[in-house]
Amino acid sequence: MSTDKKKQSIFTKVSDTNLLLAITIVIFFLMYIGAIIFQGGGFSKPQMFFNILNANAALIITSCGMSIVMISGGIDISVGGVVALVSMCCAVHLDQHGGSVFGSMLIALGIGLAFGLVQGFLVAYLDIQPFIVSLAGMFFARGMTTIVNTVPFNVENAAFKALMDTRIYIPGMGTTNKKGIYVPAYVEPGVVVALVLVALLFVVLRWTKTGRSFYAVGGNKQSALMLGINVKRTRFISHLICSTLAGIAGYVYFLHVGSGSASHAMGMEMNAIASSIIGGTMLSGGVGNIIGTLFGVLSLSTIQNIVSNAGLDQAWWTGITIAAMLCLFLVIQSVVMAQKKRALK
Amino acid sequence: MKKIDLKKLLSNQLLIPFTAIIILCIVNIIYDCVNTDAAFFAIETKTNNSGFTVFSGPLITILDNGSELAILAIGMTLVTAASGGQDISVGATIAIAGSAMLRVLCGGNTRPETLAAPIIVGFLVACIVGMLCGAFNGLLVSVFRIQPMIATLILFTAGRSIAAWINNNELPIVPDPKFAYFGSFIPGIPIPTTVFIAAACIIVAALLLKFTNLGLYTQAVGINESSSRLNGINPTAIKFISFIILGLCVAVAALIKVSRLSTINYSVIAKDIEMDAILAVALGGNALSGGKFNMWASILGAYIIQFLTTTLYRFQVDSSALPAYKAVVVIILVVFSSPVVRDKLSSLSNKKKALKKGVA
Repeated sequence: MSTDKKKQSIFTKVSDTNLLLAITIVIFFLMYIGAIIFQGGGFSKPQMFFNILNANAALIITSCGMSIVMISGGIDISVGGVVALVSMCCAVHLDQHGGSVFGSMLIALGIGLAFGLVQGFLVAYLDIQPFIVSLAGMFFARGMTTIVNTVPFNVENAAFKALMDTRIYIPGMGTTNKKGIYVPAYVEPGVVVALVLVALLFVVLRWTKTGRSFYAVGGNKQSALMLGINVKRTRFISHLICSTLAGIAGYVYFLHVGSGSASHAMGMEMNAIASSIIGGTMLSGGVGNIIGTLFGVLSLSTIQNIVSNAGLDQAWWTGITIAAMLCLFLVIQSVVMAQKKRALK
Repeated sequence: MKKIDLKKLLSNQLLIPFTAIIILCIVNIIYDCVNTDAAFFAIETKTNNSGFTVFSGPLITILDNGSELAILAIGMTLVTAASGGQDISVGATIAIAGSAMLRVLCGGNTRPETLAAPIIVGFLVACIVGMLCGAFNGLLVSVFRIQPMIATLILFTAGRSIAAWINNNELPIVPDPKFAYFGSFIPGIPIPTTVFIAAACIIVAALLLKFTNLGLYTQAVGINESSSRLNGINPTAIKFISFIILGLCVAVAALIKVSRLSTINYSVIAKDIEMDAILAVALGGNALSGGKFNMWASILGAYIIQFLTTTLYRFQVDSSALPAYKAVVVIILVVFSSPVVRDKLSSLSNKKKALKKGVA
């Protein structure tokens, strides 16, 4: 009897969002600690963690946008295409048109905004399925990338290279290498952008009216409408935010790789969706958390690193392990939700 | 009387696909008039590489290349209608089924002299593998109640890796020329074999819908799951079956895809075909949120996509830039088929009528 009561209180006290978030964070820490214990070496160095951040800053930003769209009940699979288009346009602007770094940033934002405006309008006001709209957006962005420039190339612009090589050192987190020289840990500027955006979006989703209305619309459109929420406008804004974030992510990605290519960010949309899900966002809408998404990206890239560190570097193992992990998370989520429903009854 | 006709026409599901085909035909005719040396509707006979006399021409190309998509559209329509979601793993499962078929046919050898097993055995293995993949997706969707797109994301991520793993990342080549017949021509028959395969699949699907309750049950589950359960339909089983059928369609598509090359390329085979298959369902005017469906419209949608691709190739559009043009056409089509725009259009025509009446 007492155990029954306890079980009930655990399951009913914690909201859906927090429960899934807790699962994600616990699994991430278990995985990372496991990696340190069983693989040692690289994982015990702080730089390993920061490298994960450096390589995935763009993915963190796109995943945040994806989470917001998913929370409000939509989906956007055009983000990978937008990232590729932004990096190609910025590369062409800097290298072939002799443009400025500031100008390229404006281009990135502009492309993101333009995609957001069009897709948001089509989804929210013309009531077309978001999957089809963003599918067309993805086709359009990928096609435009090759129309802008077919051949991949590296950017040689001096001002941009200086920005690209900027390192932000983290005090007190360095390691001493084999030659006995102290190497401080660093992050790239993109990581700062990503973390600031995560903090900002966390605040927006938690404490602003717009942020709360995303949850309301995603949870139940009809009751959101009854509450006096402008459902169309909310859906429009969610797509606008997602595409704008994809534009920013495109620039961060560009800053990390320093080149333009039509094959950049292939499949990034699926990684973003996977990260959001691992982070506890539900595609059906109404449930999700930005911090969870951050941990989703970290879990995804940690498992990639563990696989490649374990010497299973044949390419197929990465795909299979990520899929297995995704499967595990999905089944856990599904079982937990079913348990919770039973507890509530 | 006329007013009712217009309304009926505007609300007909097949309106958009047929309009699209007519517009594409007109565009091609105009192109032919400008370029006198091009002829879109001409079907000529020529001798192909193997020395057979075959038909060729843009129309034949559309029927030939569109067949995989049409076969997939059958399964995708059922999955969409039953579960209200889409299977995005079909491209990856084509790679898995194709890889398994090659493994059986070549017996683990990369360059075998003779077939290790008859072609029919290879195809049956591919069918079983395709159905297993479908069963896995179906299990996650129907029993664990995971959204279809997310559940199939698992095989989407792992599929091509598993396909490479089955054949140890090697690319075996099937030695038997008979195997290539499925993707090209049977000697003596000038029509591509793929057309017959697609037609057979479509006929089987049509008979299945005609003589069983599958179509009715699928729609019932898609429209309202709990009320269909109250009416004695098992939604879990219906969803599961729809994924299994899609798995079979995938196996047939894999046979065609692998036969075209007599080998496989794990990362490229059937790439992005899942997107095209979903697009075919949407272009046919079926709601992607499930419920009522029209299989003929989806199949028509599949051929429209191929029609569009062939037309764009005729205009010398670069293959990598193709998606951009495709996207514009898709957006125009879905905007005109969206309920909001349709309502606006029909209310506009009603207003005109009212004005005329007022003048009279």
